[in-house]
Amino acid sequence: MGKHVLLVEDELNIIEAMQFLLSREGWQVDSHSDGATAMDRVRQIRPDLVVLDYMLPGKSGMDILKELRADEDFSDLPVLMLTARGQSRDRDQAERAGVSRFMTKPFSNQEVLNAVRDLVRAQAQ
Amino acid sequence: MAREGLTGSRIRERRVISGLKQADLARHVGISASYLNLIEHNRRRIGGKLLLDIARVLSVEPAALTEGAEAALIATLRDAAAKAGLAAAEAERAEELAGRFPGWADVISIIYRRIGALERTVETLSDRLGQDPQLAASVHEVLSTAASIRSTASILVAEQELTPEWRNRFHANIDQDSRRLASSSKALVSYLDAAEGDTEAASSPQEEVEAFFAARDYRFPAYERGEESLDALIEAGAELRSGAARQIARGILEGLAQDAERVPAEALEDAVADCGIDPIALARHFDATVACVMRRYASLPERPSGLIVCDRAGSLIFRKPVTGFDIPRYGSACPLWPLFQAIAAPGQVIAEHVVHLGRSSAEFRCIAVAEPVGNVAFNRAPLLNATMLVVPIPMGGDAPAPDLMQVGSTCRVCPKAGCDGRREPSILREGL
Repeated sequence: MGKHVLLVEDELNIIEAMQFLLSREGWQVDSHSDGATAMDRVRQIRPDLVVLDYMLPGKSGMDILKELRADEDFSDLPVLMLTARGQSRDRDQAERAGVSRFMTKPFSNQEVLNAVRDLVRAQAQ
Repeated sequence: MAREGLTGSRIRERRVISGLKQADLARHVGISASYLNLIEHNRRRIGGKLLLDIARVLSVEPAALTEGAEAALIATLRDAAAKAGLAAAEAERAEELAGRFPGWADVISIIYRRIGALERTVETLSDRLGQDPQLAASVHEVLSTAASIRSTASILVAEQELTPEWRNRFHANIDQDSRRLASSSKALVSYLDAAEGDTEAASSPQEEVEAFFAARDYRFPAYERGEESLDALIEAGAELRSGAARQIARGILEGLAQDAERVPAEALEDAVADCGIDPIALARHFDATVACVMRRYASLPERPSGLIVCDRAGSLIFRKPVTGFDIPRYGSACPLWPLFQAIAAPGQVIAEHVVHLGRSSAEFRCIAVAEPVGNVAFNRAPLLNATMLVVPIPMGGDAPAPDLMQVGSTCRVCPKAGCDGRREPSILREGL
């Protein structure tokens, strides 16, 4: 079984495309669309990496990131944040909160795949 | 620079216009050419008989030599100097610049104001991008849909071995997303179009309102008599470019109509002729509030006066300027103004004889009062608006008050030394 990725994203078609791509690379992919219960899902499946949208219903990706970093079980969990908010202050805010990688929409598939590979490789070292 | 600072420049300007040589003018008034040269370069003060003689020779009113350059222009130049961090010695020459090079001073002033307006526009747009939830949601929707289309289309192009089921599913997703994108981008454009009026406004709504009132000399006689409707007045106000400005102006004009009903202009003229500028007596006479009477007084023609209104937070929400009493366009005003004393003692009418340490060191009688606004509620301090009437005291008019209060415009351009109210250092040398 490959590494486990959790997609926290409310765009179902993005989830479908990402699931297809990552599965073909041998990843085990789960998805979750609700920000409010995303932390429960993380605790339940304990993924190796989280792909996290910035704007989510129920709770923002930024708040979820802060909760992850505040939990010692997930303080080092690689998090790739996807966002339509490309403003530098949002990036600064995410970096201060401990994001592993920040990527703005619309992204290319190759950018996402490279980022996921890099993050998991860095985590393994 | 002292208030006479520009007089020399104006003498020089008038002399050149008259075609007189410096030596000729000096001879006519009985002084040496070198002394006149010092005066013209603002290095010697001038007044009294010599000023009158020079004015006579140049065939101008003495006032034309001692007044003239717009206080607002000087204030703007000083603001610009402050913002640019200009050395104090240079900043102090704002009056000289305005007097000797009025065209260039105007250019600097216009550009400075334009930069300020553009900065506010950028700020507005930045706030909108960062804080407007509707815009943020719309942009997010457009970009997320574009991301989905891009990702799915890339898969369809790059993956040659896709099963028919996956291919059909991705085609359906692109079809769905492209419809969403068309709809959300159209909605976004509509939203931006609707907001365009506000975005294009090159000034703040408050400035638009001020321009609207200034263009009408703060008087609306036809509206007060009911001969012009509020809607027509607002509609005709080309200065009111933004919705916010129209809303603010509407509120002020609605209040004005109520004031005019209680204190008609003609009756006020008669009452002032009887009892002078005594807002308490006038308020009693008209059974109106002191603030109402002061607002009405400030709208009388032929009676120069300024009016400043602030809210409980000290923000200036209405300004009717009067020559010599500079009101800061940006930033906070002088905390020594009686206007702010009034906020501390609601209902108490404060009257102060002040000297404004601006260009002309002019003296004014300031009368201020704070009155509650909005609805009353138990155990809750009322919201307040403070109103201050600023009436110029002619030179040689009232005897100087023993407790004459010195006030300024705003700290950065105020020379007052050892001021307890100072918030930041002045760019001017103290004691000027």
